[in-house]
Amino acid sequence: MLNRLGPTLTILLLTGPIAFGLAGTVLPALGFLPALDGMKFTLAHLRDLFSEPAILISAGLSLVAGVVTAFLSLLAVMLFVAGFAGTRAFGRVQHLVSPLLSLPHAAAAFALAFLIAPSGMLARLVSPEMTGWERPPDLLIVNDPMGLSMMAGLVVKEIPFLLLMTLAALPQVPLRETRMLTASLGYGRVAGFVLGSWPAIYRQIRLPVFAVIAFASSVVDVAMILGPTRTAPLAARLVTWMNDPDLSMRYLASAGALLQLAVTGLALAFWLGLERLGAALSKRAAIRGWRFNQDALLRAAGLAMMILSAGIVFAGLATLALWSFAGLWQFPDALPASFTLRTWMRMLPSILEPLQTTLLAGLLSTLIASVLAILCLMHEEETGRRPGRGALTLLYLPLLVPQVAFVFGLQLLLIYAGVLATLPALVLAHLVFVMPYAYLSLKEPWYAFDRRYDWIAASLGKGRARRFFSVRLPVMTRAVLTMAAVGFAVSVGLYLPTVLVGAGRLTTVTTEAVALASGGNGRVIGVYAFWQMLLPMMGFAVATFVPALIFRRFRGMQV
Amino acid sequence: MGEEGLFLDGVKIALGGRVLVELTREVPPGEVLTVMGPSGSGKSSLLAYLAGFLDPAFGASGRAWVDGIEITALPAEERHAGVLFQDPLLFPHMDVAGNLIFALPQSLKSRAARRAQAEAALEGVGLAGMGDRDPATLSGGQKARVALARVLLSAPRMLLLDEPFSKLDMELRQQMRTLVFDKARERGLPVLLVTHDEADAEAAGGEIVRIGS
Repeated sequence: MLNRLGPTLTILLLTGPIAFGLAGTVLPALGFLPALDGMKFTLAHLRDLFSEPAILISAGLSLVAGVVTAFLSLLAVMLFVAGFAGTRAFGRVQHLVSPLLSLPHAAAAFALAFLIAPSGMLARLVSPEMTGWERPPDLLIVNDPMGLSMMAGLVVKEIPFLLLMTLAALPQVPLRETRMLTASLGYGRVAGFVLGSWPAIYRQIRLPVFAVIAFASSVVDVAMILGPTRTAPLAARLVTWMNDPDLSMRYLASAGALLQLAVTGLALAFWLGLERLGAALSKRAAIRGWRFNQDALLRAAGLAMMILSAGIVFAGLATLALWSFAGLWQFPDALPASFTLRTWMRMLPSILEPLQTTLLAGLLSTLIASVLAILCLMHEEETGRRPGRGALTLLYLPLLVPQVAFVFGLQLLLIYAGVLATLPALVLAHLVFVMPYAYLSLKEPWYAFDRRYDWIAASLGKGRARRFFSVRLPVMTRAVLTMAAVGFAVSVGLYLPTVLVGAGRLTTVTTEAVALASGGNGRVIGVYAFWQMLLPMMGFAVATFVPALIFRRFRGMQV
Repeated sequence: MGEEGLFLDGVKIALGGRVLVELTREVPPGEVLTVMGPSGSGKSSLLAYLAGFLDPAFGASGRAWVDGIEITALPAEERHAGVLFQDPLLFPHMDVAGNLIFALPQSLKSRAARRAQAEAALEGVGLAGMGDRDPATLSGGQKARVALARVLLSAPRMLLLDEPFSKLDMELRQQMRTLVFDKARERGLPVLLVTHDEADAEAAGGEIVRIGS
C-alpha cells in the first residue's frame, strides 16, 4: 500500500515545486504579480532588464562558465580514467578525490580563494624571497573580471562528482577486454579508451554532465566568493535584485530569471553541438586509423589535473584551518606568529543558531528523502519495472533547471502561503535537491541485495513489515546510512534555496559563510568553512562506523 | 481435496508466451517428486511459483494444494513452504541461534522455550552448542545443516528444494541428501526437488519428471 504512494509522492515533490516555482518566476517577468497589483501583460520588464548595464556580459560569463567548467572537468576525468583505470594509482587517486564530493561548493571556493589570493598561502610561500613582495601585491587574482578563478573553483568541485558518476558506469563496459583489443591493434591507451569505451560510458553520465552545465551556468555561491564583482555573473546579480527591499525590483529579478533559463538552455544546446563535434572527430580518427600511441603526455595531464584539483582544495582547507586558529599573521609570513582559540570562542554564540538550522533542515529533509527513496525502490522491485529514461530525467530535473529560475518563484508562493522562512518550507526546498541524490545513491546497493534472503524470510512465515525491518534494513544498514550521509551533505551545501526560502531569518553555516565572503576575514571564514567541512564528514563517519560497531561480531557484514 | 500431501493441479509456467512447465502431480507425505531439467528450463520458476515469489515477468496459472489448503491463493508468508536454495543464505547479521529463533512461529512466546527449541534443533543436525557462532565462520557443511534446521523449525507443510546439494563436495553431498530426506520422511513432509544432478534424483527415490529437453 504505502510503497505505491512512494513514486507518486516523489513525482509530486519533485515536479510540484519546480512547476509552480517556474510559473511564479515567469509570470511576474511578463507583468503578472497580483501582490503588487501587476495584472497586465507587458514586455516592459524585459526591456528594463536589457537596459541594465552590461547585462549581456553577465549572461555571457554565465554561459562560458557553464560550458568551460563541464568541458575541463570532463576532460580531466576522461583522460585520467583512460590512462589509469585498472592501475594501482587509480585507486589511490580515487581515494584522494572522493571525500571532496561531500564538501560544499562554498567551502571549496573559499579554500581556493585563500590559497591563490594575493595575500594567500601560495604568495606567502614564495614571498618575499622569490617575488620581493613585502605587502600583498595589488593583483586581481580572485574575483578576476573574466571569471577564471570562479571556473577553477567550479572545476575542482565538479571533477570529484563526474569521477564518481564515471566510476558507477565503469562496471557496465568491458574495459579490460576493450583495452586489450585496442592495444593489440596498436592504439595508444588513451585513444583506445576514447574510441572503444568512452561512448558507452558517456551515455551513462550524460545527465550528470548536463547537471554540471546547469549548475555552473547559474551558480551563485561560488560566484559571490570567486567570481567577478563589478560585472557579476547573471545569477549572482539576480540574487541581489531578489533581495532588494524595493519590491518592484521583483519584476526585474523575474525577467532576469527568464534570461537565466535561456542562458542555461543555450549552454546546454552549445554542449549538444560539442557532443556532435566530438563524435565526428573520433569517427574521423577511427576511420583514418590514427593510433595516437605516443600518449604519455596526455595521460600525465589527466593524472596531474586530478591530483592538482584535489591538492588545491586540501591545501586551501588547511590554510583556512590555520586562519581560524591564527593570532597575529602578517604578510608574507607562511605561518601565524601565534595560535589562539579566540576566534572560535568569539564565534561560538553566533554560530549556534545557524548550526541548529543546518542540522534540523539536513536531518529532516534527509529522513523524508530516505523514506521516499526506499518506498520507490520497493515499488519498482515489486512491480518488476525499473524506471525508464523519462523517470530518470524527472529525477534529474531539480539539477537541470537553474536553481534561481524556480526557487525565486517558489519563494513568492511561500510568501502567499505565509510560510516563508519557516522550517517546514526550508525542509521542502531542501528535499527537492536531496531526493535525487538519495535515490541515486541507494539504487545500486538496493538491487545488489540478494532477494533470496527476503524469500527465505517469507517462507519462514514472516510478513512484509517483519521481513523489511528484521532482514532487509539490517542487512542494508551501511547502504541506507551512506544514502543518508549523501543527502545530508547535499543539504548542508545548499546555498541559494536556503537564502531565498530562509529569507535571512533562517540561516545555515553555508549561507552565513557566503555572506562573509566580501569581508574577507580569514579567521571567521575559517571557522565557518571548518563546520561546512565537518558536518558532511560526520555524516559519512556515522555511515562507516555505526554499522561496523553494531555488526562487529558478524564477518559477513563487514565490507 | 481433503487428502494429505502436495497436489499440483495443472500448474503452468510461461515466459513470453512460451510454456516452460506444465504439470499435474500428487506428492504424498514423506515422498519426493524430482523435477529435472537444464538451467533455464523453468524448474526454479516452478518452485518460486509454489513458494509465492515468482517474478511478475513470468505468466503462471494452475493451483496447488497442501494438506487440503490451496496455497496458490495465499501470500508467500502464509504458505508454510520450507525452501532450501543451493546457498544456505543464513542471515549474516544474526548468530546461528538468532537465525533459528527467527524461524520459530510467533505463537511460541516464551524466550526460554524459543531458545531451547533452537538448541534442540541444532542438536538434531549434529551441531549442538554452536548457537553463539557467527554464521560466516561455519564450514560449508555446517551452514547447510543450520539452513536445514532453520527450515524445519518454521513448521513447514512441505519442502521445496532448489538444487540444495550442488555446492557441497561429494562426501558432504551424500550426507546432506540422507539427512534432508530422512527428516522429511520423519515429519511426513511432501518434497519437491528441482535439480540437474542424476544422483540427487536417485537418492530422492521418488518419481522423476523431466522438462525442457
